[in-house]
Amino acid sequence: MFRFIAIRIAQAIPVLLIISVVTFAMIKSVPGGPFDKEKKVPEEVERALNEYYHLDEPFVNQYFIWLGNVMKGDLGPSTKYPNRSVNEIIGAAFPISLQLGVMGIGIALTLGLLAGVVASMRPNTAQDYIPMSFAMIGICVPRFVIGPLFMLMFAIQWEWFNASGWFFWSDRVLPALTLGIFYAAYVARLTRGGMMEVLGQDYIRTARAKGAGEARVILRHALRGGIRPVVSYFGPAMANLLAGSFIVEKIFAIPGLGTFFITSISNRDQTMILGTVLFYSVLIITLNLIADIVLIWLNPKLRFDEQ
Amino acid sequence: MSVISDQKSEVRSQKPEARSQKPEARSQKPEARSQKPEARRQKPRNTNPVPLLSVQNLRTSFHTRNGIVRAVDGVSFDIEKGQTLGIVGESGSGKSVTCYSLLGLIPQPPGKIEEGKALFDGRDLLAMSEKELRTVRGKRVSMIFQDPMTSLNPFMRIQDQITEPLIIHDGIDKETATKRAIQALEEVGVPDAPRRIRQYPHEFSGGMRQRVMIAMALITNPELLIADEPTTALDVTVQAQVLELIKEMQRKHGTAVILISHDLGVVAGFVDKVNVMYAGRVVESGPTREVYYHSKHPYNEALQRSIPALQTKGQELYTIPGAPPDLARLGAGCAFAPRCAYVQDACRSGELALKGVAENHESACRRVQDKEIQLSVNSNQ
Amino acid sequence: MSSEMTDPNTTAPASAASLLEQAEKGQSLWEDSWHRLAKNKLAVASGVMLAVIALFCFGSWVIGLDTTTQNLDMGAQPPSLKHWMGTDVLGRDVFARVLFGGRISLMVGLLATAVAMCIGVVYGTVSGYFGGKIDALMMRFVDILYTIPFIIFVILLMVFFGRNIWLIFIAIGAVEWLTMARIVRGQVLSIKKEEFVEAARALGLPQTRIIFRHMIPNVIGPVIVYATLTVPAVMIFEAVLSFLGLGVQAPDTSWGVLINEGASAIEEYPWLLIFPGIAMSLTLFCLNFLGDGLRDALDVRRSKD
Repeated sequence: MFRFIAIRIAQAIPVLLIISVVTFAMIKSVPGGPFDKEKKVPEEVERALNEYYHLDEPFVNQYFIWLGNVMKGDLGPSTKYPNRSVNEIIGAAFPISLQLGVMGIGIALTLGLLAGVVASMRPNTAQDYIPMSFAMIGICVPRFVIGPLFMLMFAIQWEWFNASGWFFWSDRVLPALTLGIFYAAYVARLTRGGMMEVLGQDYIRTARAKGAGEARVILRHALRGGIRPVVSYFGPAMANLLAGSFIVEKIFAIPGLGTFFITSISNRDQTMILGTVLFYSVLIITLNLIADIVLIWLNPKLRFDEQ
Repeated sequence: MSVISDQKSEVRSQKPEARSQKPEARSQKPEARSQKPEARRQKPRNTNPVPLLSVQNLRTSFHTRNGIVRAVDGVSFDIEKGQTLGIVGESGSGKSVTCYSLLGLIPQPPGKIEEGKALFDGRDLLAMSEKELRTVRGKRVSMIFQDPMTSLNPFMRIQDQITEPLIIHDGIDKETATKRAIQALEEVGVPDAPRRIRQYPHEFSGGMRQRVMIAMALITNPELLIADEPTTALDVTVQAQVLELIKEMQRKHGTAVILISHDLGVVAGFVDKVNVMYAGRVVESGPTREVYYHSKHPYNEALQRSIPALQTKGQELYTIPGAPPDLARLGAGCAFAPRCAYVQDACRSGELALKGVAENHESACRRVQDKEIQLSVNSNQ
Repeated sequence: MSSEMTDPNTTAPASAASLLEQAEKGQSLWEDSWHRLAKNKLAVASGVMLAVIALFCFGSWVIGLDTTTQNLDMGAQPPSLKHWMGTDVLGRDVFARVLFGGRISLMVGLLATAVAMCIGVVYGTVSGYFGGKIDALMMRFVDILYTIPFIIFVILLMVFFGRNIWLIFIAIGAVEWLTMARIVRGQVLSIKKEEFVEAARALGLPQTRIIFRHMIPNVIGPVIVYATLTVPAVMIFEAVLSFLGLGVQAPDTSWGVLINEGASAIEEYPWLLIFPGIAMSLTLFCLNFLGDGLRDALDVRRSKD
């Protein structure tokens, strides 16, 4: 197992390097520095700023200076807001996105697994059709349609929640739902499929022949194998969950990392862009790794493969 | 034969001698059986014991898009305590479905138990609710299946799987159950049991897995064990071992065994009594030796003839002409008629039933019942 | 009962040829799948609906439906007899706008998927067919690419290189080919093991013929299914970009853009969101049902992944 993790980490490092280089190149290749959009600043000030950010040096130098700092854990000051460091901004914004993401995952898993298991118990009956129809809707109606609709219904018409912001606990509900519903729907379908396949296996018949009741059969025997498609889906899905939060954050005006990322792009906030891209990349790679580990752990056969 | 007083589940361990199943079942005379009174709780001496399981006129069908498939079409048989019964037939003859029906393991949307009674210890299994059935399954009637690769849960440790019946039925705590499970594993011949019990199924070989299944099935000391083609998926050498094991367990615990197989050879060395099934019906039933050497049904006779090992080398192998019938389109009369060497018009209509044609030996063949034909005595030996 | 009689009479070339014949005749299994699909009413209905939608969207272009005339006096009006879906803030007929947007969205969906398919199928087939080191290397490359958070890159691309619609096709297609390649490779690997490939080789058929006449037709099944399911994913991707303000530029519009506009005005003019939303959701619905139906129809012939 450790070998596996070590290899993955070793693979990740060149990838991250390449990502940072490419991003850096992209940023630098576009004409227009971060200060062009501002009102014209006096020359000395501009020169000072350029020096502070090493913008006057050749690109390659700039990159390595940046890289050097990153090794020390410092992502640099924000080009747009010199008195705030990128670390700081990410540190403030990410937990919010994280909360949103985690709640979305929670909704996705609870609703999805529940719906899928229930549907798989009595296939081709109402118990199956109803949850699966909802699941279809969840998949086909995009987040950016569901979000505003929820907002319209629950926040504006019925005023159960605030339409935006991230202050009260109730503010979390609509965004998390909007984020989670698509994944809940997908998970529901995958679970149903996985469970149905497992429930048709011989060992389920053996379990029943031993006198196990439905609850036992499903929870102790079927579930472990049945959720495998969910797990293999969920790793990469988590990456999308994070990116999808861009949309949800925009709709509900949530001050998360996604919002800052988008604005940093429009602002040409170079260090912010680089820092965020790096941060997201590390995050996604880590999440994928965790998902793979869970997959292996769930399948005893694979666990021994490494030997 | 003395009457042996009965105490619930200790019955088995107290009657090894009385139950002497001679290893060579073939030489057992039919009469011997009826002279072993099965003592039951309040019945002191008995010459007509109540059988452990009495299946009466079982009919199970599957309602498919292509019609109603009559998988089991009026099957009746009895099995006594500690007796071994073999059910032989080709695929599709209904032998497995019969036994699955008893335990309610047929998926009931397409499947349906149309008719019949299965009296187990006085209660009708077929009339029981799912809840009641669960108290029987794995506790009083256990089953082992054909393919040990797929019949064990690949995601659960052997320990968890073997202890499960104890936990479900006897409410035993995990520790005690594990100890008993280790014992059970040792009993079936799994070496290094305390260590291996923590392993997963894929770490066992096919034969070992089947041993595990046997241990799992017998751990609650059931009164009846149903073995559905237990050796079919195994290597030939392992087959013999597993059969020996079942035999041994059966002797030790006094469990009644129903052995289902399509392989005549497997059944021959093991059971007291044989039911031959064809197209969902029992066509012949009797003591093993009689059924094998003195076939009383054309189908059985043909079967005996087609055993490859017993035919002359160099000659073309004998096969039964025709093909098994479409169970969705069973007509009236004898299902074997299209392929029967002795068929007559009268065979194609009317109801057929098992009737005794010799001592303890029944046949569903009309012509044999009416003594119109005398089937050949098999000298395959 | 083991009285099987095997026929010892087949000689090697004869059986190879007959296997091959069977495989080639297997094209008629297409008809089988077609019938199975036809029986699936939901899939058929979806297919029809999609055709209708496409007809409207592209037909309106042919007809030259007016999508740009503004009528600032009128402003945003709720649905009425004259304007079935109402008008937007600039007085434009929403129905026309939805059709226009549909054109772009569908085009992006189809073209990007086509790009992904081409790259993916070729890559996967080559990788799977040659196997061994080549395969390992190629798949390693794919694995690495998989870990890159593409949405980030596409966003960056869009921002830095302008919102060119062609760039969108290519960028999205370049992201989606990975999974396609994996699926194709998986299929190729499992088919390679099947007997008729041995048969073809035994008969001395050149490799290209094997690839084109035998492998690709058998691989096409899952590819079609996956492509049908990729189109909606692509459309959503494009709409996400548009929603973030990074998609197609005015005067072009797509459903994503329309929904974005509708979202910001959701309180006052909800129909601006609802109609494009319905249009898009309906299209995605149909695509998903059709894809499911295709998968079920083609499924019996090959094992489920």
